[in-house]
Amino acid sequence: MSAKKILVYIDQFKGTALPASWESFGAARVLGGSVLALAIGPDAKKVAEQSFELGAEAAFYCEDTSLADYRPEPYASLVSKVAREQDVDVLLLPTTTRGRELAAMASIDLNTGVIPDATMLEEKDGKILATRPVYAGKLLSKAVCAARPQIITTRVRAFKKPEPDPALSGTASAVEPAMLEADIATRVTGYTEAGGGVSLTDANVIVSGGRGVSNNPRLAPPAGMDEKQGEVWRAQQGFKLVGELASTLGAAMGASRAAVDAGYIPYAHQVGQTGKVVSPDLYIACGISGAIQHLAGMRTSKVIVAINKDADAPIFKLARFGVVGDLYEILPALTEAFRLKLGK
Amino acid sequence: MNIVVCVKQVPDSAARLAVEGGRVTWGDAPLVLNPWDEYAVEAALVQKEAFGGQVTVISLGGENAREALKTALAMGCDQAFLISDPAMSGADSQAVARVLKAAVLKVGGVDLLFFGRQAIDGDMGVTAPQTARLLGWPMLGLVSVIQKVDPAGHTLSVERTLEEGRQVVESKIPAVLSVSKDIGEPRYPSFMGIRKASRAEILIWTLADLGTAAPASYVSWPETINPPAREVTSEIISGSNPQEIAQNLVEKIFEEKVL
Repeated sequence: MSAKKILVYIDQFKGTALPASWESFGAARVLGGSVLALAIGPDAKKVAEQSFELGAEAAFYCEDTSLADYRPEPYASLVSKVAREQDVDVLLLPTTTRGRELAAMASIDLNTGVIPDATMLEEKDGKILATRPVYAGKLLSKAVCAARPQIITTRVRAFKKPEPDPALSGTASAVEPAMLEADIATRVTGYTEAGGGVSLTDANVIVSGGRGVSNNPRLAPPAGMDEKQGEVWRAQQGFKLVGELASTLGAAMGASRAAVDAGYIPYAHQVGQTGKVVSPDLYIACGISGAIQHLAGMRTSKVIVAINKDADAPIFKLARFGVVGDLYEILPALTEAFRLKLGK
Repeated sequence: MNIVVCVKQVPDSAARLAVEGGRVTWGDAPLVLNPWDEYAVEAALVQKEAFGGQVTVISLGGENAREALKTALAMGCDQAFLISDPAMSGADSQAVARVLKAAVLKVGGVDLLFFGRQAIDGDMGVTAPQTARLLGWPMLGLVSVIQKVDPAGHTLSVERTLEEGRQVVESKIPAVLSVSKDIGEPRYPSFMGIRKASRAEILIWTLADLGTAAPASYVSWPETINPPAREVTSEIISGSNPQEIAQNLVEKIFEEKVL
């Protein structure tokens, strides 16, 4: 069959591509064919040119002031315009917030379907068969799109960034925006600070805490706290230990829904079916019993370590290594042991 | 304020899913209002409380999808419509979005259209932006805070969640919002609400009622499978004291070459 023409959208923020964008080039390589790249926003040219050593033959960019901040309407219009003009067979985007949204909107512009969050791509009867987790990974579904272009977003950490080859080169071309400022119904007026720390979905290592982090009767909360306040205070002491281990390992900090619902830690940290679905190389679960909805969010982690007082906790069934014990004793010792081993 | 919330009925998040004989099963787990959609209902009710008006909740599904709508009514929504038509069986997300657009236009004069961030069954998260695109309304995705709404001036401003933090966006109304969990805990249905919902009539709309033919679907799902079983050899790490346990565990983790 004839070679496919693949357009990869590079998701970037203020001139830096999200790592998941480069993974989409790995997915393009799995499919084979000629690869084009598109970047939009500040420093888009610089970002677009970084795709050449990953195999892009040509890159398009637009740095127009109307695209200085991400807004779905003008961004989607431009993605659709380039996909249409280049007459591509496949449009790949990373499954970031922006990538998923743009894929959805481009599917309307281009009158085709969209398959978000693919973890595996294969070719079948000239079409791409995409495997994607459903029910938070409790099941896998295979999906195929009959219309052209096939729009697919690639799940973060499911594909490998190709090995950069500095000998490769390509041509970068500027493209004009597809919408006039006057036709855009939104305005970005600012940003509020991010939570900081390592992002859960990108993390190689995650240390998570559950309901069990508050379970230390020996800790006496400051005077004047009622029972609930005392529990949250205890949990915060526990999460301090979780956080110290995480920072020693350069890891992101996660939490179970039980811990979030109990008010121990903000929702942004929640791992599970109604939180973030993650797949790190190492997942250390502290005081997490392993409810189905939590396991669904982290079951594809490469190595799982569980630390829990309860030897019957379901999390141990998934764990490569388990420690039955008090996390208040184990965590400080573990942080210290890692510090020595890593020379920190 | 004329508000519509689109919701879906899904198997409970505690359900054990499996594929048996090519069909997805969830045992005796209940079908519930998609947990993410509860936040969308909550956000809609907060706006109604602030500005008056009404909240209409719409779902697309089989006739048994009434339960999710009843939950939304019990929480305080004013009316519910179920779009149910055999022609929509196996429809993909853009076909669903086209029908939802027709339903929103049939409700008429809608100011705000709410969605949850995604349904916990298909985990697609694309129906809201697709519907927004079809309507030509601005898409405000993963909204964590609705800062202010000016119904007279037809504008609102929100904080939406991105990987890097929150972006503050000012938008014209009508607009489509998908909300994140940060928007605020959904209320429990009140006793009065449950009584009212149990008596409420849920109107069925067919595609003919919406004045539309079944839109073409492009995406199909030839197969759903159980994920490969996780082969783990579990090992309990022991030692005479926490330091020794930690030491042994660190050695074992390094042997796995994940650090």
